[in-house]
Amino acid sequence: MSIKVQNISKSYKTAKAVKNVSFEVNRGELFGLIGPDGAGKTTLFRILTTLLIANEGRASVMGFDVVKDYKAIRNSVGYMPGKFSLYQDLTVEENLTFFATIFGTTIQENYDLIKDIYIQIAPFKNRRAGALSGGMKQKLALCCALIHAPKVLFLDEPTTGVDPISRKEFWEMLKRLQQKDITILVSTPYMDEASLCDRIALIQDGQVLKIDSPENIIKNYNKIIYDVATKDTHALIHDLKNYPSQYSVNAFGEYIHYIDKESDFNTKELQKYLQNKKHINIEIKQAQITIEDVFMDL
Amino acid sequence: MKTIIFIIQKEFKQIFRDKNMLRLIFILPILQLLILSNAATFDVKNINITIVDNDQSPRSRELIQSFRASTYFKMTAPFFSEKEAIEEMQKGNTSIIINIPVHFNRDMQKEQKTNISVIINAIDAATAGVENVYVSQIINNYNKNIQTQSKSFSNTTEIAENILVIPSFWYNKTLNYKTFMVPGILVLLVTMLTLFLSSMNIVKEKELGTLEQINVTPIKKHQFIIGKLFPFWILGLVILTVGLLIAKLVFDVPMLGNILVVYLFTAVYLLLVLGIGLFISNHTNTQQQAMFIAWFFMVIFILMSGLFTPIESMPIWAQNVTLINPIRYFVEVMRMVMLKGSGFFDIVPQFAIISGYAILMNGLAVWSYKKTN
Repeated sequence: MSIKVQNISKSYKTAKAVKNVSFEVNRGELFGLIGPDGAGKTTLFRILTTLLIANEGRASVMGFDVVKDYKAIRNSVGYMPGKFSLYQDLTVEENLTFFATIFGTTIQENYDLIKDIYIQIAPFKNRRAGALSGGMKQKLALCCALIHAPKVLFLDEPTTGVDPISRKEFWEMLKRLQQKDITILVSTPYMDEASLCDRIALIQDGQVLKIDSPENIIKNYNKIIYDVATKDTHALIHDLKNYPSQYSVNAFGEYIHYIDKESDFNTKELQKYLQNKKHINIEIKQAQITIEDVFMDL
Repeated sequence: MKTIIFIIQKEFKQIFRDKNMLRLIFILPILQLLILSNAATFDVKNINITIVDNDQSPRSRELIQSFRASTYFKMTAPFFSEKEAIEEMQKGNTSIIINIPVHFNRDMQKEQKTNISVIINAIDAATAGVENVYVSQIINNYNKNIQTQSKSFSNTTEIAENILVIPSFWYNKTLNYKTFMVPGILVLLVTMLTLFLSSMNIVKEKELGTLEQINVTPIKKHQFIIGKLFPFWILGLVILTVGLLIAKLVFDVPMLGNILVVYLFTAVYLLLVLGIGLFISNHTNTQQQAMFIAWFFMVIFILMSGLFTPIESMPIWAQNVTLINPIRYFVEVMRMVMLKGSGFFDIVPQFAIISGYAILMNGLAVWSYKKTN
């Protein structure tokens, strides 16, 4: 077991950030903490990386207790905070050398591990970190977090503010790192990234709502979701919400995701209802269930 | 050790890379030293003086002439009644009115004794005091037998007594205020720069989030703190050196004592200042907060340092407060060593106090620096 969290609670003054959270991450796993802003993800990260002490509960990383053995943890984990936190006035290479040195290692020693990533930013190695683009900054931060060959990697919202292509690349890099026997705990507010994890924990208001693999979470979802679209989306949402047997109505891209309460729900009746409400171009079909749908329903 | 050296290297790189900051660090203190040393003077010059000569005699003209000969005074147009002259003072056009009475000439000859009245604008008490001394000196030189009847323009009436004082100023014979001010201003600059820079330095890493990244590394508290503060210790000594060179080359301030004693004292003194800076850093979250707190302490330190107002003239409680003011000791030591030629043994009390203070402050600062919340 690489990471073990048992009944962890943490409050800041009056606000409870994390409430009685427990989960376990296996060795070599890519585990995702999925939840909106303010769900308590960063607090959990800060507890696990020994920056914050929990009010209640215990946690361990690689068998080391986060309070007692914090020194051992600091030596063997990599942490990439949500906010870009490298020296903006140092160059790419200087930043990397700096972090290598304070971990008592050199770039050469662990070059294999960062090679794939570093090659992409190598052309800018004499550029100051502050002058890099968002995607490049993330790659540099990942390199710095990896330079001492950590066994566990903590990535707090690594793809926030990064363009879709760089995001995709970033996740491919994580998959490759996973194959090098690195356990990765990653948090993200993007539901579409959840399906790229081995297992995920859905977290909201400091509580874990569900832990499972993304496939199982979708498979075990027992409701049917319909994509509904008409010409006037705004009126559609309003009318769907007034449909007697509606369970939930959520905007989802170009469609509205509609769930009905009744098991014998018939799309034709809904179609008729919408026609009566003077909707045109009505389209109703069964939707692909996503993590977001599950999340919205929790 | 390797880690410390590496952090120091990184810190220097960052200092030298910020070209604007570098200019501020070196050019501003030099400008301040040059400007302030020339501006902060206790000499009062170009005093506007109005004479009301009611006698119009050879003797009264002689007296007026001796005022005219002094470089300190600037004669305004004469008036013939005290009332007019006072109106002129009300308007702020003159600072002193000397009223020579009728029969001045006759009384001097017949009775060897006479009175003249001196009215001084005492809105600025310090200036009025100096002016009173100047006027008395000139009149005394003219004739010891004239009793000046001083009247302050404010309500308090003071009669200048006719006591002859022959002052002898030791260690600064000509009472050259630059000799007196330059070492003091230099102390302020060294303190201010190192305090501001060090208090903002660690808090800057907090603000940028880099501190969080550093805290997850196995780096030790002492390594980080020494690595962060050492460059500013060096910087403080460099600024001191530049300042001393200016003091010698531009102001020709005497340096009687061993300059190494000044450096030894400064070396320990800077540790104290850096400790205070680190302490401020630990208890603030933004550079702005750190700056305000550093500034708050700096103003108290400066005003209670004995540089602009003598400590001896403060009320007892304020004198006691100056005992915890590091600048006070530094000013004392600088003046003692440079002007008086004191050696190390003469400054042992100050040295001991600052050393103890430095240990205390740094202890507090390191203790309150936390890697975990």
